Amino acid sequence: MIRVQGLRKSFGRTKALDGLDLQVSVGEVHGFLGPNGSGKSTTIRVLLGLLRADAGTVTLLGGDPWRDVTRLHRRLAYVPGDVSLWPNLTGGEVIDLLGRLRGGLNPKRRATLLERFDLDPTKKCRAYSKGNRQKVALVAALASDVELLLLDEPTSGLDPLMEQTFRDCIEQGRDDGRSVLLSSHILAEAEALCDRVSIIRAGRNVETGTLTELRHLTRTSISADLAGPPNGVASLRGIHDLDVEGNRVRFDVDAAYLDEALRGLTEVGVRGLVSQPPTLEQLFLEHYGNGSAGGRPADPAGAAARS
Amino acid sequence: MTGVTGVGPLVRLAVRRDRVLLPVWAVLLAGMAGLSASATVGLYPDLASRVQAAQNINATSSLVGLYGRIYDVTALGALATIKLGGFGAALLGVLGLVLIVRHTRAEEEAGRLELVGAGVVGRYAALTAALLVTTTALVAIGALTSGALIAAGLPSSGSIAFGLSWAGTGIAFAAVGAVAAQMTTSARGAIGAAGATLGLAYLLRGIGDSSDPDGLRWLSWLSPVGWAQQVRPYAGDRWLLLIPLLALAVATSAVAYVLLARRDLGAGLLTDRPGPATAPAGLRSPLGLAWRLHRVALAAWLVAFLLVGIVVGNIASDVGGLLNSAQARDMILRLGGRHGLTDAFLAAEFSIVGVLASVYGVQAAMRLRVEETALRAEPLLATAVSRARWTASHTVVAVLGTTALMVGAGLGAGTAYAAHTGDSAQIGRVLGAALVQLPAVWVLTGVVVAAFGLAPRFVAAGWAALAIFLLIGQLGAIFEFPQWVMGLSPYTHVPRLPGGPFGPTPMLWLLGIAAALTGVGFASFRRRDLG
Ligand SMILES: Nc1ncnc2c1ncn2[C@@H]1O[C@H](COP(=O)(O)OP(=O)(O)O)[C@@H](O)[C@H]1O
Ligand SMILES: [Mg+2]
Repeated sequence: MIRVQGLRKSFGRTKALDGLDLQVSVGEVHGFLGPNGSGKSTTIRVLLGLLRADAGTVTLLGGDPWRDVTRLHRRLAYVPGDVSLWPNLTGGEVIDLLGRLRGGLNPKRRATLLERFDLDPTKKCRAYSKGNRQKVALVAALASDVELLLLDEPTSGLDPLMEQTFRDCIEQGRDDGRSVLLSSHILAEAEALCDRVSIIRAGRNVETGTLTELRHLTRTSISADLAGPPNGVASLRGIHDLDVEGNRVRFDVDAAYLDEALRGLTEVGVRGLVSQPPTLEQLFLEHYGNGSAGGRPADPAGAAARS
Repeated sequence: MTGVTGVGPLVRLAVRRDRVLLPVWAVLLAGMAGLSASATVGLYPDLASRVQAAQNINATSSLVGLYGRIYDVTALGALATIKLGGFGAALLGVLGLVLIVRHTRAEEEAGRLELVGAGVVGRYAALTAALLVTTTALVAIGALTSGALIAAGLPSSGSIAFGLSWAGTGIAFAAVGAVAAQMTTSARGAIGAAGATLGLAYLLRGIGDSSDPDGLRWLSWLSPVGWAQQVRPYAGDRWLLLIPLLALAVATSAVAYVLLARRDLGAGLLTDRPGPATAPAGLRSPLGLAWRLHRVALAAWLVAFLLVGIVVGNIASDVGGLLNSAQARDMILRLGGRHGLTDAFLAAEFSIVGVLASVYGVQAAMRLRVEETALRAEPLLATAVSRARWTASHTVVAVLGTTALMVGAGLGAGTAYAAHTGDSAQIGRVLGAALVQLPAVWVLTGVVVAAFGLAPRFVAAGWAALAIFLLIGQLGAIFEFPQWVMGLSPYTHVPRLPGGPFGPTPMLWLLGIAAALTGVGFASFRRRDLG
């Protein structure tokens, strides 16, 4: 579907993309993660032929996004990160217009989506909130019969209920055999939806892989009620941010030492235990939170998992 | 927190945003008044020629309708400012209402007042700040204009009355703009509504002024622009008539405050009616969208051009009796063709109409950049629409729109003139004179399209080119610029029709240049980044 290699793009002196690689295969929902300003939107704009790459090879649906614009665009739909619409057109008119320009849209799906997203298509676009403008773009994209969806932070203005609707729609799209590139910094979303993710920072790849692969890089949060005072716990290996309160402990543990830590706890006796799986938020914190160059994890287990 | 907390910072913000716009308007308006006054002083050196000219104007109802009446035919100031009194006052009205809407509804629409509202700023602060800045600016422009008129050699008392009548009209319509800004949800809508009120006021005084005293003359008294003219600068200086203008401004502003108190932020009193849930069949191409985006404005322009055409045609019918001063006659003859005063007049007027059509063309073509920077081009260009097709959409509207405008003006003038002379052949002749302006107009749209492709940040080059070409035309005749400088302006290559010689070569050249510029724009836009 998408194959990007060594993509570079500068705006004046700003290097927005600095040798980026990205691969999305057919039928895959691919999460494209990175903090603000890391180059997600720039990459998607290059994929759409809106920006011209300075260097690198970009193949989209087997074509060149800069040259085969109209041919490729018939087969994909795009939801911009910042949806700006024509103030005196209604939402319904915009949905139809964009659909027609893409080569037609499925009227039944259009009606269902309007209902699921609870969007009033008779309102003028100037009266829509940011979230509603985003819904207009989403309905227009999802109602088209296309092979590939390019979604740039599509839920940044949606409320939690609508986010769930969005997830359901993407799941359904996957079942219908569509491929999706979903850029986001809402990490729970990527976690819930994506088969594989690419994490970038400052225009460069940091990690790529399935979530299971990337889980090696993260710590698990443990919170436990113990039978006695947690004496030996502090000396366990791979423990971070230990917090002791009477017989209660809280800490994060590196994946490689999870075993050992649990054994240490059961030695004291466990009355209650809550463990939280690593979230992508933590992944981010690890890679970007401390600002260490390259964001490489200290844990050697991570290196093996890196693809 | 009181309702007007935060006015100070908002005033400073407004002044900062307008720091270029306001001085430019001030210099333009005061300069226009001063220059045209001193030109008139030179044109009618003695009392007899002055009285003659004033009487001629008063006897020509189309001119009285357009500009107003001269209430003292012996007063040089009244003659010198006849074109400025009502028309200039209306311009100040436009400035006033645009400024108010710009700092109230436009900000609200863009969501910036929400930020303001969330901070330590009172409910009435934005409107108050806008009124303060606008009123101060209008009074300053009035004062500057008084100074320019005095410097041009006109009596000071009349000049001050004139400046005040200008400022008064501006402030009154600023208040109208403030009310409109509470009613509609869009800045465009507010400017349209307030502008329409201003247009109606101008029309009322036009009908009133040109009617018999025992007929519809009273209509002028329904119009704030009429009140401003009834101050009669240089012809009685009736200061008391400034009071109704101010009273209107105060009362209307009060209404705006009351309306503001009753509505939610971001909402208008007139809510948008729901529209169609599905797109009409015509909305399926970039051109269909461009037509949808331009059509209301284009219709308004077209009505204005029709009216201008009709007025021009009417004036042309009795222009022979109008310009009795030997100098004026001589000047028109020198400027225009050789087949009589009327033809020369029509040719001169159509060259102005052509410039006005260029204003539309430049603005319509600039929509390309507006859409791009508003991020509305991106979703379209991400569909199966090629860049060329999208660029063509607004370009076609600019080109066909200017054509429609010139056809409108030409038909208006032609039919009015033909009706007066009883010679229907004049319609085609006059229409032809309008249409020959088009290649020059399209050079200007071409400049915009080329700039859009090559250097999008500088699309305003279209306005710069228009201003430069205009200056070359205006100053070139006076200062006798060398031929090659004059030749830079496309307008100097337009045949002076009706009456003048007509050769297709310069027209073909202009068409070629317009096409080349447009082509460069298309090609370079295809090659550059969007954004
Ligand atoms: N049109 C542009 N002109 C100049 N700089 C830009 C432009 N677009 C993006 N950038 C810069 O490129 C970098 C990447 O931006 P972007 O792709 O929008 O990041 P993201 O979408 O991941 O937040 C940022 O530093 C941004 O400031
Ligand atoms: Mg972005």
